[in-house]
Amino acid sequence: MLKIAKYIVLDIVRSKVLIAYTLLLLAISLAIFMADADVTKGLVSITTVIMIIVPLVSIVYATTYYFNAAEFTELLVSQPISRKNILMGKFIGIGSSVLVAFVIGICIPVVIFAFSATGLTLMISGCLLTLSFVSLAFLTSTLTRDKAKGIGLALMLWFYFSILFDGLVLLFLYSFADYPLEKAMIVLAALNPIDLARILILLQLDISALMGYTGALYQQFFGSGAGVAFSLGMQALWIGVPLLLALRVFKKKDL
Amino acid sequence: MEKIIEIEGLKKAFGKLQVLKGIGCAFERGGVVSILGPNASGKTTLIKSILGMVVPDEGTILFKGKPVINTFNYKRHIGYMPQIGRYPDNMKIGQLFRMVMDIRQEDTALDTDLLKEYKLESMYHKTMRTLSGGTLQKVSAALAFMFNPDVLILDEPSAGLDPFAAEALKEKIIDEKMKGRLVLVTSHILSEADEISDNILYLIEGQISFYKSLHTLKDETGEHKLSKALTKFLNLQEC
Repeated sequence: MLKIAKYIVLDIVRSKVLIAYTLLLLAISLAIFMADADVTKGLVSITTVIMIIVPLVSIVYATTYYFNAAEFTELLVSQPISRKNILMGKFIGIGSSVLVAFVIGICIPVVIFAFSATGLTLMISGCLLTLSFVSLAFLTSTLTRDKAKGIGLALMLWFYFSILFDGLVLLFLYSFADYPLEKAMIVLAALNPIDLARILILLQLDISALMGYTGALYQQFFGSGAGVAFSLGMQALWIGVPLLLALRVFKKKDL
Repeated sequence: MEKIIEIEGLKKAFGKLQVLKGIGCAFERGGVVSILGPNASGKTTLIKSILGMVVPDEGTILFKGKPVINTFNYKRHIGYMPQIGRYPDNMKIGQLFRMVMDIRQEDTALDTDLLKEYKLESMYHKTMRTLSGGTLQKVSAALAFMFNPDVLILDEPSAGLDPFAAEALKEKIIDEKMKGRLVLVTSHILSEADEISDNILYLIEGQISFYKSLHTLKDETGEHKLSKALTKFLNLQEC
């Protein structure tokens, strides 16, 4: 399993696409920190940017790589290795590469310029977000046979989680405005890994006071130790569940 | 003779298309079995089922007496040469061989006959992307024979190989047979099948049309050439 991961990492390093992604993240975070002396503002800006870029690049890159390495998978399946090890090896290889890009591009500048509880939350949520979208990419790649369909599905998922979902939540709020929805909102937030990460980071910034009554409830829930644990646990589920589903599909897949 | 692969009631459908409709046969050690049949008769699907690349809908496959569907350890006794060898683009030939050795981790001595015969060692630094179709086939062949497997599965081995390389492969196949290995070959080139086969498995539309030794087939039809014997036999069957 780790051997497969090793060969995938070697291959990814040779292809240079991820190096460009690392440099992009690095440029964004350095530019934001250099431009503004107020690191808290910097962290908010970085949060806004990474909530869009990180999921997009993670899911599209992982899907593309998965399909480009289809030959490699075929070769491995004819060797004495279980399918589970093949898929997990791929996940470790691709996941760790994208994660290293995030660590170098975002985490290191944050540690240097703005190391605080907020910075730490941002780093952890960003890492979990990266892995959950790589995991979703594995699900889309195993479900489809065709590269174009796979990438299309990946883009649709990203579009859903980063744009459509918020619209649907708003619609839900307006439709049921006469009912107490605070608890329901917490459940809804858990259904989207991007929202989970965003809420966790914003609550660390004490600007939740601007978010009204729901914000106060979020503060009470997600601000508590149990709330943080719940949120991190849900993000971990967003990594584990799609990967397990992908594994189930892959075990029965014809190559 | 010891039966090394036994297949029973194997069925597989891709969507609505039933590709294998209940295949049952057994292969013994020390022989070359040619799997013949028209296009889309299920040859590659049968081979891929044995290799576990395609998961059959029904039926059992026994390898040395043990059921193998959804397992993987038996694959260390199989060498597979695909119809079109496709390998990671950025990898070099040498890296590919080293990687497969690393993954298989076998203690047995490596069989480098074909590696030497095809002079692949001098091409170790070439990337897979830059190789011609024929060279890729040579790489696939060398890889299949490398780990001294008990069973060799070759899918259209000579397609794309130059005549000398094809000849070398043929000799290698006969060598391995003499060592008591089972070689399964699919092919469209009947003259080649005629030279190397002991048994012929003929598939039509996902069913076994016949499974006979080459001798029996020739005796029954009174022909000396496989191609003629085959045509005559199939005509007789239709009547």
